[in-house]
Amino acid sequence: MLADKDRIFTNIYGWHDSGLTGAKARGDWDKTADILKRGHEDVIEEVKASGLRGRGGAGFPTGLKWSFMPKEVGARPHYLVVNADESEPGTCKDRDIIRHEPHKLLEGCLVAGFAMRAHAAYIYIRGEFVNEARKLEAAIAEAYDAGLIGKNASGSGWDFDIYLHRGAGAYICGEETALLESLEGRKGQPRLKPPFPAGVGLYGCPTTINNVESIAVVPTIMRRGGAWFAGLGKENNTGTKLFCISGHVNNPCNVEEEMGIPLKELIEKHAGGVRGGWDNLLAIIPGGSSTPMMPRDVCDTMTMDFDALRNAGTGLGTAGIIVMDKSTDIVRAISRISYFYKHESCGQCTPCREGTGWMYRMMDRLVRGEAEEYEIDTLYQVTKQVEGHTICALGDAAAWPIQGLIKHFRPEIERRIAMRKSVVDAAQ
Amino acid sequence: MSIDKLIAENQPDSFAFTKESEAQIKVILAKYPKDRKASAVMPLLDLAQRQHENWIPMKAIEEIANRLDMAEIRVLEVASFYTMYNLKPVGKYFLQACTTTPCMLRGSDDMMRCIKDRLNISSGETSECGTFSLLEVECLGACVNAPILQVNDDFYEDLDYQTTGALLDSLEAGTPLPVGSVKGRQGSESEQGATSLTALKSSAQEV
Repeated sequence: MLADKDRIFTNIYGWHDSGLTGAKARGDWDKTADILKRGHEDVIEEVKASGLRGRGGAGFPTGLKWSFMPKEVGARPHYLVVNADESEPGTCKDRDIIRHEPHKLLEGCLVAGFAMRAHAAYIYIRGEFVNEARKLEAAIAEAYDAGLIGKNASGSGWDFDIYLHRGAGAYICGEETALLESLEGRKGQPRLKPPFPAGVGLYGCPTTINNVESIAVVPTIMRRGGAWFAGLGKENNTGTKLFCISGHVNNPCNVEEEMGIPLKELIEKHAGGVRGGWDNLLAIIPGGSSTPMMPRDVCDTMTMDFDALRNAGTGLGTAGIIVMDKSTDIVRAISRISYFYKHESCGQCTPCREGTGWMYRMMDRLVRGEAEEYEIDTLYQVTKQVEGHTICALGDAAAWPIQGLIKHFRPEIERRIAMRKSVVDAAQ
Repeated sequence: MSIDKLIAENQPDSFAFTKESEAQIKVILAKYPKDRKASAVMPLLDLAQRQHENWIPMKAIEEIANRLDMAEIRVLEVASFYTMYNLKPVGKYFLQACTTTPCMLRGSDDMMRCIKDRLNISSGETSECGTFSLLEVECLGACVNAPILQVNDDFYEDLDYQTTGALLDSLEAGTPLPVGSVKGRQGSESEQGATSLTALKSSAQEV
């Protein structure tokens, strides 16, 4: 188990003052100017050395992403955009950073923004987090008042502004280019890539979009060194990670743990175990609703990191772990996820707009067994026609949970169809 | 869905931002480059909604379009794309119930049943007295504290049938329960007490 001394988010549960005084007592904003004195490239190299991979779901190396920004600032300013549009079902970690550790995020914005030669950051927070946004706005005001951001931020000689922008209830705005559209005052509909945001992003300027957690860990990495972070976890899957454990466990909770921790250990140590014991486990969705579920036998030996989960045909995603015990109506659980994607499809690409509705209606029938057996294959085929045929990954995200269900629980779907048939036959 | 269904039939004849809102608009506009005023459309819609009993009339859409040099249809497009903008009146207490899978697994069905039993409303409806409106919403992002009921700006967490009833009672009486977990647990720590950082917790209590 990760030692407390290696935990980055020491106020994740909000026991202490989340304001500037409390944050400074925890080591935030300590000689930030010295970090910036090391220069743009040095900061990027340190983050590369840490092995940090993006915490928003895709797991792309953060330092490498920053290095895609132009090395010289031309006529167009550079922007850092922080994705705080946390809405992937099963995920609620950024909320805790924002309300309990806002200064880690703000200091991270300055360091990351400086590294990519940006003088401004926009934090895009989901609209429902009204109270969290108020807290963050208050923290931003405190940081300005203390001279930590603004002109000559922290006495570094670098000017840096941070602005908060609230969303208004659209999951799709968590997709980085939809987020930019939304920030520019339009419907959140993803852009075609290329051009990539590092070339043409916010207001047509070079932009990097990072998840809250990715940015908030940066100051600690700079202080303790990339080697310290890289020494935690596993090769290529380094550092610590906030895990959200929800569903059928005795004690749902968020916890910071080492990457690569065995799933079973994580659940039993921190979440009080699966309701009714590990043997009562049916399946787990490991990284937010879009990652395919794993049946119990896979869960037994699974470790929680990008590579192990990818090799098992699923993903670490946001590390939002949804646990389902044997009492779960597994078809309904996935059908509800299908409804989610149908509701959240932005409507831009036909396969997703039409496909998500089609898949949901079919899933809804399967919950009650109102289908023919061959339709399971039809459904699988439709998921394959949506997957990979849309501008953004929402189509994939809608397809994968259903594919996971069919792969692991086809007999259950068939059982329902057969049962319904026998009931209808008996009635006739 | 047809846009007509989203927009209230009875519309006020005029809309003007209040003095307080005007002060906030200045702060909002300063966040974005001068030639990128359209970026302020979301905060201005939110502001209009907050000063107008939690819904946005068409006259406000017109006003915002004028302010930001946007076509009215562009503002309406934004207002109708995002689910948090109400283009129709809602009750004093706007209940947004999360029923996505993590909440469903923790008993959001019971929460919904309680709301139905007590208020006799379904998603999209307002109670006869006009005090409560209900909307079934998608993941609210507080899954380890599921199920969640958002009441106006505030999250109520860890609900079940009984506590949902107690919450509705408290709202009706005008003395809402404390925001957050109705079980009284702090943040996202385990109900049985945190399993990490515990040495730090005792130091917090000493202070």
